[in-house]
Amino acid sequence: MTTETAPPSSLDLEAKLDLYRTQVALRLFETRAYDLFLENLVKGTSHLSLGQEAIATGFAAAMKKSDWTFATYRGHAHTLARGVPMTPVMAELLGRANGLMAGKGGSMHLTSVEHGVMGSYAIIGAHLPIACGAAWSAQYRGTDQVAVCFFGDGTTNIGAFHEALNLAAVWKLPVVFVCENNLWMEYTRTSEVTAVQNPAADRASAYGLEGIIVDGNDVEAVYEVARTAMARARAGEGPSLIEAKTYRHGGHSRADPGKYRPDSEVAEWLGKDPIPRYRTRLLEQGAGEQRLAAIEAEVAAEVEQATEEAKAGAMPGEDLLMKDVWADGGSSWRN
Amino acid sequence: MAQLTFREAIARGIAQEMRRDDSVVMIGEDIGAAGGVFKGTVGLLDEFGHTRVRDTPISEQAILGAAMGAAMTGLRPVAEIMFADFFAVCWDIVVNEIAKSRYMTNGQMTFPLVIRSGNGGLLRFGAQHSQSVENWAMMVPGLKVVVPSNAHDVIGLMAASIRDNDPVIFLEEKALYASKMEVPDGEIVDALGTAKVLRQGENATLVALGNMVPRALQAAERLEQEGISCTVVDVRSLVPLDTATLLREVAATGRLFTVEENPRLCGWGAELSSIVSEEIFYDLDGPVVRITTPHIPLPAADALEDLAIPSVDRIVGTVAKAMNS
Repeated sequence: MTTETAPPSSLDLEAKLDLYRTQVALRLFETRAYDLFLENLVKGTSHLSLGQEAIATGFAAAMKKSDWTFATYRGHAHTLARGVPMTPVMAELLGRANGLMAGKGGSMHLTSVEHGVMGSYAIIGAHLPIACGAAWSAQYRGTDQVAVCFFGDGTTNIGAFHEALNLAAVWKLPVVFVCENNLWMEYTRTSEVTAVQNPAADRASAYGLEGIIVDGNDVEAVYEVARTAMARARAGEGPSLIEAKTYRHGGHSRADPGKYRPDSEVAEWLGKDPIPRYRTRLLEQGAGEQRLAAIEAEVAAEVEQATEEAKAGAMPGEDLLMKDVWADGGSSWRN
Repeated sequence: MAQLTFREAIARGIAQEMRRDDSVVMIGEDIGAAGGVFKGTVGLLDEFGHTRVRDTPISEQAILGAAMGAAMTGLRPVAEIMFADFFAVCWDIVVNEIAKSRYMTNGQMTFPLVIRSGNGGLLRFGAQHSQSVENWAMMVPGLKVVVPSNAHDVIGLMAASIRDNDPVIFLEEKALYASKMEVPDGEIVDALGTAKVLRQGENATLVALGNMVPRALQAAERLEQEGISCTVVDVRSLVPLDTATLLREVAATGRLFTVEENPRLCGWGAELSSIVSEEIFYDLDGPVVRITTPHIPLPAADALEDLAIPSVDRIVGTVAKAMNS
């Protein structure tokens, strides 16, 4: 639900229902994707954002269509939230020719330039400097585009984080760095291997930035903090570093059941699940059970259709194998 | 027509392209006010200003990441990694991101960018500031690799690299920065993927790259006096590779000698040797011989470095021995 123009300062009920719809769509899409792994229709690995949907949703709502998203290997939600249709994303997970990248990228590299999704990056930290480069380009060309770069808590301990934050601050780049702190790297608790309590926010001062913490499971809180950061970037005031506290409901990846986490911790965070929480709030604000149920049914049907269309897609063939290494569309390295 | 050094040719080639295309921007350490640690970018800040010639912190990942992000959104960055050895600290951005992203996105993105870097030995800088990394870059699908050997080629190949829509690793041989030659005035634009025959002979073909080109030429002159007439080919571009010229020139003499500064294993000459043996085996009159730096880190002492990197004496001796046996 990316907007054409600057997002409004206060959300009316329709806008709130859009936020709800997007979160439900991300949830149901990824739940289905997980089922398809279990059926061995999705090969390789995959990293789900179940539980973290409010961050992708709140940010996408605060972005203009011309803004750029830089996501990680945990990028399904960020891709869909920018308006990329479900079918090509599902087909990409299934390795089909009708996939978003015709099966050449896979789950960890979802990209849709047309929607401003400038890549999902699977090497921790790599995309922070790349987002700086897009922001540099916007600054040089005098556009008002902003690059929004999402990453996990573990990323704050890799060198590229420091290089990118420093460069962005020194050059006052229109880039918003968003740390989705779900408390765990892969199998290790981030706090056990990090010198500060808030891995992103506590380090902001090292770059002359304000340390911003937001409840990442509250979509409207995320939206507000995103709006402020986007406006700051557009005004030429430079980057922001936002730490959104959240939790992944499942393991790190498909191969990880997440058993290392204490049951009490999981239960506590399931209680803070952003979607039921927002549903309750919308009901309190008079959205009406019927409307919410209708949204849920529509989204479920959309997921069903995307699944069928993806499954019906052809397997990619040799014509794609040797295509697009180079800008001329080919792969030749000799004459 | 003017005498131009290799380092002056770098700046001239970049300036030529920056004047014709506003999307060409520069990024790197000490490239602006300092004019580059090797003085390859002198004058560019004065002519094009801080918005187009941007000094950076010592942050190689940020330099190349920023170049990549700028390239995917419409600019044509020319990034500098001061010493090619420093690619090791930002190789992720080069190999995993820049080289692969066009393919992985099924052609949604293009990366028109040039990464310049000071390459090679002979300056007694020791093992971490002297490596010839052309073979690192050559083995990565998605990277073009250019290594000019003289000032004239620097200008034309720089222009071709900047105009190319793919990422180009442009390796500048540090030991050649001070070399000089007459270069015509006016615009010079060359073509990637073209080897150059510098000397035509009858008995053997010496194929060389970068620093090894002038040495191969000197060796050919001495071998001529010993009755061995040599063709010398400057590879210039490893990817794309001008196999048409190389195979033709090897077939014509029936003997191939590669002269490589990179350490032996997986050097570019091994690939060329494989292509030759697969495609023109029956045109060969004897085995392919590779003359390379041994498979060792480069030592600092001049006496040792001179023993490691192929010298004119070693080239002459190796070729003569092979041809006379």
